[in-house]
Amino acid sequence: MRESYILINPSNLMRRKIVNKVMIALCVLAGVITILPLLYIFFYTTQSGISSLNLDFFTQLPKPVGEEGGGMANAIVGSLILIGIGALIGIPVGILSGIYISEYSKSFIATIIKFTTDILSGVPSIVIGIFAYGVVVIPMQRFSALAGGFALGILMIPTITKITEEMMKLVPQSLREASLALGVSRWKTTLRIVLTTASSGIITGILLAIARAAGETAPLLFTAFGNTFWQTNIDEPIAALPLQIFIYAISPYDSWHRQAWAGAFVLIFLVFIVNLMVRYVTRNKFTS
Amino acid sequence: MDVRKEIKSKKKLGDILFENLTLLFALMLVGLVVFIAVEMFIDSAESREKFGWGFIFSSDWNPVKEEFGALPFIYGTIVSSLLAFLISLPNTISVAVFLSEVVHKSVRTPISFLIEILAAIPSIIYGFWGIFVLAPFIRSTIQPFLQSTLGFLPFFQGPAYGTGLLTASIILAIMITPIISSITRDVLKAIPVSQREAAYALGATKWEAIKMALLNARSGILGGAVLGLGRAIGETMAVTMVIGNKAQIKASLFEPAYSMASVIANEFAEASGRIHISSLIEVGLILFGVTFIINSLARLLIYSVTRKA
Repeated sequence: MRESYILINPSNLMRRKIVNKVMIALCVLAGVITILPLLYIFFYTTQSGISSLNLDFFTQLPKPVGEEGGGMANAIVGSLILIGIGALIGIPVGILSGIYISEYSKSFIATIIKFTTDILSGVPSIVIGIFAYGVVVIPMQRFSALAGGFALGILMIPTITKITEEMMKLVPQSLREASLALGVSRWKTTLRIVLTTASSGIITGILLAIARAAGETAPLLFTAFGNTFWQTNIDEPIAALPLQIFIYAISPYDSWHRQAWAGAFVLIFLVFIVNLMVRYVTRNKFTS
Repeated sequence: MDVRKEIKSKKKLGDILFENLTLLFALMLVGLVVFIAVEMFIDSAESREKFGWGFIFSSDWNPVKEEFGALPFIYGTIVSSLLAFLISLPNTISVAVFLSEVVHKSVRTPISFLIEILAAIPSIIYGFWGIFVLAPFIRSTIQPFLQSTLGFLPFFQGPAYGTGLLTASIILAIMITPIISSITRDVLKAIPVSQREAAYALGATKWEAIKMALLNARSGILGGAVLGLGRAIGETMAVTMVIGNKAQIKASLFEPAYSMASVIANEFAEASGRIHISSLIEVGLILFGVTFIINSLARLLIYSVTRKA
């Protein structure tokens, strides 16, 4: 009621116009102040990373302290193995539960599952690390790639579930109806028509989950543990790119810092490319 | 007739199998969250039995004497996350308003794309940046400034380390900004355009129309912010790298502190005694419980706005 009084009172007009200008200006100012550090982090890391990156980074093993050069080849391979194990766990669980939420979402159970997915995506990654430690490391009696991959797999699930659900919901209902009208059973319709139509979106979602998992450090600290040598056995401690970056970043050596910046750039580049793809695919989806 | 029935029953069988298969995997998610809680509850039994509720209120953390109390970590987590929440809330709202109401589309698209990327950048990179750029900046610029203006307050006293509670709060505020602002924008989008048009038709200025939209979206915005708070509480690597890692409770924001996630990250792999590991798992259990409650609250707030749209 007070608002309407202000609106019809012309003597307030000047004050309202000034308030309008001031508040919009404050919003712009605060917006710019907030966005600037974000841009700064992005460009600072990119710049420091590119200037430290070279071919050795991808082909050499880490050198001991004091020796120049060296790379993170073992950590890159280690990260690939960890992500591979994670994907084997995260993708099937993520996609199938996403299908359930999207296609059978009328039930009460689906609401609970949706809520749980949101909760799972909010569980701190270090807690997932503790869980993987209890479930995999303790029974195996040692740190291993398997434990690290298990933790990463759990972290991938909510992202994949969510994007599968969203992408399948974007598929027009008429497509499902057309298929059902032709006598195709419901599950075949879901798999052959709906899932296929949504597949490009789901694939980018999987890539998004992988890009996130590639940068996860906390859950690997006491599961994959890290390793300065070549190691490809999945039941042994294994190196990972973010772990190596962490160790190098908190070290006092300049040459290690440069390596860490190069690693940070590789991770940012991965995130950048994947997000670009997601944007491209989802834009096509919305316009068609 | 028989053939038809047969076809029908076969189809149904496939449907039932498939629905139950997907349901099984979906229920695995629910089971997983329960399992995580149960597993940590069991593994922390030793510590819970030995220290009881005193674990939360004792500030004595001594692995050598096997005395464990989590108060300094709880304090560090709460203070750094709440400060981050308070710093980022007004800023993220203005970013969302700035991007959705003020600037032209040609500016909005690249900036919101960059913000999306920043939400996905690993926390270790924020921490790395924090060590090399933010901590020196706080030591050389922010701290002298705050001490010369507000130095009489106990919060701003003490020597300049660069790393400490304030540095951790600022890095957390920067990290949760992309998350909160993207949810705020989604929530603002869910407010019907017709409401804003109605406000304009009544002669409202732009700010008055925005204010109305913000007021209508307030529970959703708060939900997004609380979600960011949950993220800040569980954040590990960036905080570990800049908080100073010292188990103490001091009034000054420049003093080094410790957080729940950081102590797990730093000590878990090297913990030797069973009671030490058990205590760390109990810290993890507290962390899980707190983020569980906060995230549930956030989701309920967000649903309350977006479901109407």
